[in-house]
Amino acid sequence: MTRKNKTGVFTGTMIGLTMAISSVTYADNHPIRISYIEPLSGPFANVGDAGLKHFRFTAEQINKEGGILGRNVEIVAMDNKQSPSESVQLIQRSVDQGINFVTQGNGSNVAGAMVEAVDRNNRRNADNKVLYLNYAAVDPALTNERCSFYHFRFDANSAIKLEALANYMKDQEEINKLFLINQDYSHGQFISNHMKTLIDEKDMDVEVVGDVLHPIAQVRDFAPYVARIQQSGADTVVTGNWGNDLSLLVRAIDSAGLDVDIYTYYGGGLGTPAAIGARGEDKVYQVTEWHADVNVDEGLEEYEQWFVDFKERYPEIDWYYHRVYNQMYMLKDAIEQVGNAEDVDAIAYALEGMQFESPTGTVTMRAKDHQALQPLYISVMDADAKYDADNSGVGFRTVANIPVEQATDETSCNMKRP
Amino acid sequence: MLETIAYSILNGVLYGTLLFMMSSGLTLIFGMMGVLNFAHASFYMLGAYFAYTLGQATGFWVALFIAPILVGSVGAIVERYGLRRVHQFGHVPELLFTFGLAYVIEELVALFWGTVPVPYKMPDALNFTAFNLFGLDYSMFKVFILLVAVAMFVGLWVLLKKTRAGLVIQGSLSRPDMVGALGHNVPRVFMLVFAFGCALAGLGGVVGGIQFVTDPGMAFMMGPIVFVVVVLGGLGSVPGALVASLIIGILQTFFLSVNFSLAETIGTLGIEDSGFFGVLWHMEATRIAPVLPFLLLVLTLIFRPRGLFGKREA
Repeated sequence: MTRKNKTGVFTGTMIGLTMAISSVTYADNHPIRISYIEPLSGPFANVGDAGLKHFRFTAEQINKEGGILGRNVEIVAMDNKQSPSESVQLIQRSVDQGINFVTQGNGSNVAGAMVEAVDRNNRRNADNKVLYLNYAAVDPALTNERCSFYHFRFDANSAIKLEALANYMKDQEEINKLFLINQDYSHGQFISNHMKTLIDEKDMDVEVVGDVLHPIAQVRDFAPYVARIQQSGADTVVTGNWGNDLSLLVRAIDSAGLDVDIYTYYGGGLGTPAAIGARGEDKVYQVTEWHADVNVDEGLEEYEQWFVDFKERYPEIDWYYHRVYNQMYMLKDAIEQVGNAEDVDAIAYALEGMQFESPTGTVTMRAKDHQALQPLYISVMDADAKYDADNSGVGFRTVANIPVEQATDETSCNMKRP
Repeated sequence: MLETIAYSILNGVLYGTLLFMMSSGLTLIFGMMGVLNFAHASFYMLGAYFAYTLGQATGFWVALFIAPILVGSVGAIVERYGLRRVHQFGHVPELLFTFGLAYVIEELVALFWGTVPVPYKMPDALNFTAFNLFGLDYSMFKVFILLVAVAMFVGLWVLLKKTRAGLVIQGSLSRPDMVGALGHNVPRVFMLVFAFGCALAGLGGVVGGIQFVTDPGMAFMMGPIVFVVVVLGGLGSVPGALVASLIIGILQTFFLSVNFSLAETIGTLGIEDSGFFGVLWHMEATRIAPVLPFLLLVLTLIFRPRGLFGKREA
């Protein structure tokens, strides 16, 4: 793996030293535990389960390589039933069990509640602090007005994804008329507003001909929406939809024979490629930090092996969250820099500003707001891709590499540090 | 505007017929047996999964017939060994039984087929454009759904009104003792009706699973709307279910298709987009559409509890 830290040599020496000392002083070798707080039952159980497999697999790999400071990593699965209040209780339970790290990603509303709960705990319970590692909740507020010293986001936030998308779109001559269709909650509303702002700011030669919000997980038949898209004369659709809301939308567009490109956040997401299948080919685009064929394009053999090993372990899904890899190895580096896994403040300071050599390029954890900045890829569904997603027969082909300078945004975060 | 109306009616009818396929079985079971089957949408889901699995071996057309029969058999077993025992304790235990059953079926489906959607695709024979309206294609598969629904309605109507079996079924409901005294096996009639109702739901699933997404969440996504149809149409009335399905289908698609809000049509009149009334005034039709069916449900129960065509109170 090309992962190498700036301070790699020092860290290496430190690990050696620490291990030498710890083997003498600490007889017990209890694992470093991370609470995985996600829906493991109910309608979103498949998403929560897939994420858990990613974390378990990464933990196993790290343990195989000798763990962190010689200690194993253990993922403790906790079912939050997609509820913010359950999640807050689970943070409390983690604290009670002496767990210092929690991770979560599905639902920015859940993430918001968790940031508050973590802050509250760390204020009152200085001996037992927790660090919140967010691998998927993309609401920009979490690294802007609601930012916290104990929250780190490893996925590109929604504003950054749109920024990358807009930077790509402004050079595409065939994109003239945009239709925005999104789920009617904070995530979709943000995309609807921010896309228009970006078009003005960047002076893009693009007109928004339609902007529709629909209820989340309620619409069965998207045909009426497709009729509106058609009547508006749009050539491109932008949507932050995920799960069935995305699958059904793409199916309806395809079955109506409407010739539009669909730019998505989650087109390659868990379950969606299987539900869309070949009808998304050359039609469904996604903006992500990685996809399976990046390994092939860029000759990342070790990471390709990682992908294949994951598939062998869990044949029903694919390695999808590249950011879980980044998150776990960055946490490993931070803990090794600090020399223990208990001093949460020190580990947070170590993560701040950390530059990590990920297979896809340098990932920087911006110190100002704890938002990871990383290169992004815009890719389109392609049946000829080497690796298909979720056994669907279609994979993704890169159409544009967005360098990290074009995948960034301003932050209004005013961080309070301990 | 003409385009919008044409689209709404066409899309509404197509969506409505699919709703009818799912709700006819439910209304039949209630009408004949007085059992409010909460697990009905689960049988719809089973239809989709059975057809998907069978289809890989036999192709779609064989699965179209066998999958509903399999679902019907599952229904028969459920009635014979579950519902019949619970039946003697009254309607509330029955309700709770079907409620629990819905969860059991969902979990079993997730265990056997996984939680990720299965790639259940339409047969190539129907995968072409039937006609084009104002620039939008309508696939042959949608026309096929329409035809299946019409055949289903006609078949049901003939079965219930014109055949001896239909007479016995209707008799078993209102005068079970009398029908029993005449030598008919009433429990068996009930079992067959339940199985038949489940098979209808299964048939809905065979086509609905292709049109929508086949995953373990599909039953819970369809469950509520099917009840709205049955209550609006009148519990137990098959023609009522048809009319109600079409009304809901057309109304909902129409609201989704138009760009309409009171503020845009009448003028803002200086009303701010805040507060209860202001939000309502500026609310776009598309955002009201999903609430509509449930609003209809509530209004029906208040003002006409027996529904459009129903003979008894809900």
